[in-house]
Amino acid sequence: MQNVIVVRNLFKDYVTAAGLFPVLKEVELQIDKGDYVAIMGPSGSGKSTFMNILGCLDKPSSGEYILDGHHVDKLESDDLAKVRNQTIGFVFQGFNLLSRSNLLDNVALPLVYTGVEKEERHARARQLLEKVGLGKHVDSRPNQISGGQQQRVAIARALINNPRLLLADEPTGNLDSKTSEEIMELFGNLNREGITIVVVTHELDIAAHASRQVRFLDGRIVEDVRTHPISEPV
Amino acid sequence: MFSAMLGEAWHAMGANRLRTFLTMLGMVIGVGAVVLMMAVGQGAQYSVAQSISSMGSNLLIVLSAPPGMGGSARSASGSGPSLTINDSEAIAELDNVSGVAPSTNSSAQVIYGSNNWNTSVIGTTPSYLDVRSWNLVEGYAFSDSDIRSATRVALIGQTVAKNLFGDDIDPIGKTIRIKQSPFVVLGVLDRKGQNLDGRDQDDTIIVPLTTAQRKLFGSQFSTTVRMIMVQADSAKALPFVEQDVNSLLRQRHRIREGSDSDFFVRNLTALADSAAETTKTMSLLLGAIASVSLLVGGIGIMNIMLVSVTERTREIGIRMAIGARERDILMQFLLEAIVISIIGCLIGIVIGVGGALLVNMLTQAAVVISGDSIMIAFGVAASVGVFFGFYPARMAARLNPIEALRYQ
Repeated sequence: MQNVIVVRNLFKDYVTAAGLFPVLKEVELQIDKGDYVAIMGPSGSGKSTFMNILGCLDKPSSGEYILDGHHVDKLESDDLAKVRNQTIGFVFQGFNLLSRSNLLDNVALPLVYTGVEKEERHARARQLLEKVGLGKHVDSRPNQISGGQQQRVAIARALINNPRLLLADEPTGNLDSKTSEEIMELFGNLNREGITIVVVTHELDIAAHASRQVRFLDGRIVEDVRTHPISEPV
Repeated sequence: MFSAMLGEAWHAMGANRLRTFLTMLGMVIGVGAVVLMMAVGQGAQYSVAQSISSMGSNLLIVLSAPPGMGGSARSASGSGPSLTINDSEAIAELDNVSGVAPSTNSSAQVIYGSNNWNTSVIGTTPSYLDVRSWNLVEGYAFSDSDIRSATRVALIGQTVAKNLFGDDIDPIGKTIRIKQSPFVVLGVLDRKGQNLDGRDQDDTIIVPLTTAQRKLFGSQFSTTVRMIMVQADSAKALPFVEQDVNSLLRQRHRIREGSDSDFFVRNLTALADSAAETTKTMSLLLGAIASVSLLVGGIGIMNIMLVSVTERTREIGIRMAIGARERDILMQFLLEAIVISIIGCLIGIVIGVGGALLVNMLTQAAVVISGDSIMIAFGVAASVGVFFGFYPARMAARLNPIEALRYQ
């Protein structure tokens, strides 16, 4: 089984007025292709910082991070942008859609930075909006639809470049429990299609949807439990 | 990708129309002012160049010193103009002199039928027209034989023709009365326009010198002339001719070393040059003042772009998270600044050109709207957009994606 993520002996320090402040300490983690991992832990445990590093938004102070066979810990900002554009799909707690653009343009936005022509951008965005059940709302603005629907749009946007890895940071944090269930169901379906998913959450019932739970405390992984086998792509 | 970014810029501008409009207004006013001021300045330069070329080229004017100005015994005694036709003939013999025209002038009442007109009458020789490169639009000029026999013939300027004859009557061959004496109109002079002093050069009548001396202006002028125009054969020879004329006339007038001349020589070319220099300086000054408003417009753009970057920090974070590189963000904001300044510039050009035409209509002052000045205004506006847009755009591009995403 191929490793999508390999993290070895990873440290992250923040420079503060009081000196170096270690946030992550000798983190070791491997995530296989097709896995569905929940990262848990209280505030300040380092899970968000770890998520930023996994998402190539931040760089580790030391240690190795190999994403899809490439050493991304050594990359410069332009190459990191390319990784974020083509290898990773992001889903945020606050949806983070562009309020001025319609749903179609929001979903198609990453393709602008990939350099895809307009017709193809729109065709692919339309297809993904259909897939998340919003095919009828392509011309709507984000503020005209519900929170759950906005998160679906964000998921469609994250999927548009067929990423190897889907990273979700508290994806249900702003949603009611019924809508949260629907979103988690969508994640489950995507995972069964073969996409590797990492979800950061502090809610146990959300984490229970994942196949594996990794718990952070004070910058270290303190627990790593598998509850379901890695799903085989259908 | 570029068209997508242009679309984004358009969207962003549409999102806050009033602000975009006000930002653009700074640019509109700046470019409008530059275009208008350049049109007015170049118009002034054009009129000066026109009057200079209407004067004739490489000219010296020798004038009798008016009483009291020269220190010599002759003018102090009040015996009138000191220059004579013989002086003029002697000057014509000098090296590098291609033409000499002695002349005398006075204002006089002119009558044709029931129309009368007060104008300046110049008595001169046929070479006057050559020296001043003045052509006739109708008829022909008088000749040396008219000078010898002091015939009563006249060439009239456009203004005189219009005021005496109107548009319907052909002046050629008609008899006009100058100071009660009858003169036959031989020809009509071409239009010259204003001279450097703003006097209408077409408001004039030219008659043979001898006729003017003997039959018009009375005994005081019977052998003397007011001035002698001297044309050098090249601009380079002009200073030497000026020197030669000076020493020749001092010798002929028997002026002792050390005492003042009873005449003076003016170099019209030098005068014209200084007039041209003055208008050039004026139009530069106008341009400089207008440029200040362009600068202020640019600072306005920078100000708004800085606000815009701060307001859209989160958007920048989102874009970075989904794969925008630093240069993509830089381009996005730079493009927005450039689009604002270019649209503002286009509107400004329209307003500037309209303003220039209005000035021309209201004041009759010449304005010159050149493609060059519009291209310059356009180029400057685009550079202002790039220059003042660059700093805010770079600020946006250098944002840390994590902090940008967290920004509320």
